[in-house]
Amino acid sequence: MVLVLALGDLHIPHRAADLPAKFKSMLVPGKIQHVICTGNLCIKEVHDYLKTLCPDLHITRGEYDAETRYPETKTLTIGQFKLGLCHGHQVVPWGDLDSLAMLQRQLDVDILVTGHTHQFTAYKHEAGVVINPGSATGAYSSITYDVNPSFVLMDIDALRVVVYVYELIDGEVKVDKIDFKKTTTQNAN
Amino acid sequence: MDRLSNYAALSAEVLPEFFQVEAFAKLNSAIGKVIEAQEDMPIAGVVTLYSSLLTFTLHVHPDHLDYVDQILGACVQKLSGKGKLKDNKARKQIVALLSAPLEKYKDIDTVLKLSNYPSLMEHLDDATSKEMANVLVQNILKNKTSISTAEKVEALFELMKALIQDLDEDLIQMLHNDDPEEMLKIICAVKKHILTGGPKRLPFTIPPLIFNSLKFVRRLHSHDDNAPEDEASAMPKNFFQILNQIIEALSIVPVPDLALKLYLECAEAANDSDLEPVAYEFFTQAYILYEEEISDSKAQVTALHLIIGTLQRMHIFGVENRDTLTHKATGYSAKLLKKPDQCRAVYACSHLFWVDDQNNIQDGERVLLCLKRALRIANAAQQMSNATRGSSGSVLLFIEILNKYLYFFEKGVSQINVASIQSLIELITTEMQSENTLADPAADAFFASTLRYIQFQKDKGGAVGEKYDPINS
Repeated sequence: MVLVLALGDLHIPHRAADLPAKFKSMLVPGKIQHVICTGNLCIKEVHDYLKTLCPDLHITRGEYDAETRYPETKTLTIGQFKLGLCHGHQVVPWGDLDSLAMLQRQLDVDILVTGHTHQFTAYKHEAGVVINPGSATGAYSSITYDVNPSFVLMDIDALRVVVYVYELIDGEVKVDKIDFKKTTTQNAN
Repeated sequence: MDRLSNYAALSAEVLPEFFQVEAFAKLNSAIGKVIEAQEDMPIAGVVTLYSSLLTFTLHVHPDHLDYVDQILGACVQKLSGKGKLKDNKARKQIVALLSAPLEKYKDIDTVLKLSNYPSLMEHLDDATSKEMANVLVQNILKNKTSISTAEKVEALFELMKALIQDLDEDLIQMLHNDDPEEMLKIICAVKKHILTGGPKRLPFTIPPLIFNSLKFVRRLHSHDDNAPEDEASAMPKNFFQILNQIIEALSIVPVPDLALKLYLECAEAANDSDLEPVAYEFFTQAYILYEEEISDSKAQVTALHLIIGTLQRMHIFGVENRDTLTHKATGYSAKLLKKPDQCRAVYACSHLFWVDDQNNIQDGERVLLCLKRALRIANAAQQMSNATRGSSGSVLLFIEILNKYLYFFEKGVSQINVASIQSLIELITTEMQSENTLADPAADAFFASTLRYIQFQKDKGGAVGEKYDPINS
């Protein structure tokens, strides 16, 4: 069982002062094996905080990030799964699943994690899953009205990944989950 | 006095007794006399006495803001002429004196009513003042107080003056009033304040102000759906006007990348508020910045992604305006420094001519023109690679363009037909098998996953399957 925290679009301090308290109390150091962040932190303090949660931190560049040297895309292998990470402002039309699927093919990954829209989505198709963890702080977005703070926790176990999404709705944390099994024919080698 | 305070705190029934004996007046004058008698009492001692009286007052007479203010006033008088205190003990006592009302009243509003509060703060040296300002802000954030009138904004900023340089961002997010007129006044007050702060802080203070305002405008928009047209749009227009001015202020710094992003955010908000001329104006400003101020090639690529992405989402523009903006965006794309960037930006522009939920933005002809232009650029890039390195560059760009062909093919763009897809597949296959081509595992994997995708679509059967069947992959 490998836990991967996926989050992004915090937009601290431009659009939010901090993560919601209820999220902060859930995110405890030492419990998560990998953290992947879609970008738009935007400042070093947020980077440092994420690093305290888990030393294996992967970040891609959002258009407001102070650190311009984060990569545009990143791929990593966790267990049997290949994950791809990209902020998503580079993929036009924004939030368009077919265009994101193209990026997924390009990066040749089973799980693609992107952000930018501040809207949680998880989309399964024949070649894999496309996930958007939304905005961890519920930051304003020109694309999405009524943004609820959200993040994703993936539990990777052999050929199966369970995607848990945590959303803060009216002060309460709601959890939902999606299962995804990788069949061996999808092995992209 | 502390004993008395604690006694009062423990039993509320005792209070009337204190009122009866006019405890406050007596204690106050007693302190006054003590201080007068001991002329060389150290400042720390003076403040400590008043601090105790304050504690007593806050317990016994919490409603008597005038008493509290009197105490602060007496302190100020004693400290007059002493400037910024250097004595550590005195400093600590003043901080305690200033923090006590905050802790008691929790509400920054009440504290702002204490007329002597600011003068007392002036006797703190810079570091302590900053500390105190921090305490104030933390109080506001913790209690989620919203600072709801322009006067309060003025009072608050006056209180903290030049010393809260680091804390503005968090504060600005707490500014709110449901009434649009008031909110507009608040924004103006904040704008005035941050513009006097000097250019260095602007990139940090302006964005929170803009986003707080945009959040507000969005709320206006969703509430005013029933209001008569001119009434509904007048208010948002006023907001956008001032937001435009605020972003313009960034040119002092200058930070054109940030300003461009903010213009585009405002353009999108104006789009949602159905204000075409306002949205167009924001785009114009963004374009001017792109042409004149953004010269770093990497920055240009990002800026262009944002321009294309935003423009793609705009439904408010009439044909002429949209055409002008689209034409320019495509022009910028073709002029990026590196050929691969040009190619990618140009094929991204193809989405400007086909928007799913808008029937009047479905121009298959221009989609195809864009993709063909992208192909020509990819070809040119290949040839350049041949010339400089003696080998064909990667076929990656061609595979990307193929994927775009498939995207529009699936959308039912009639100008994208099986034949064109077929020839592209053959081109790529030939290139990849050619001896001249450098091995590129990434391109190989991408092509493989693309072919797999075509197969998936065929296997779906039904209408999709039928569409994809003729493609030989």
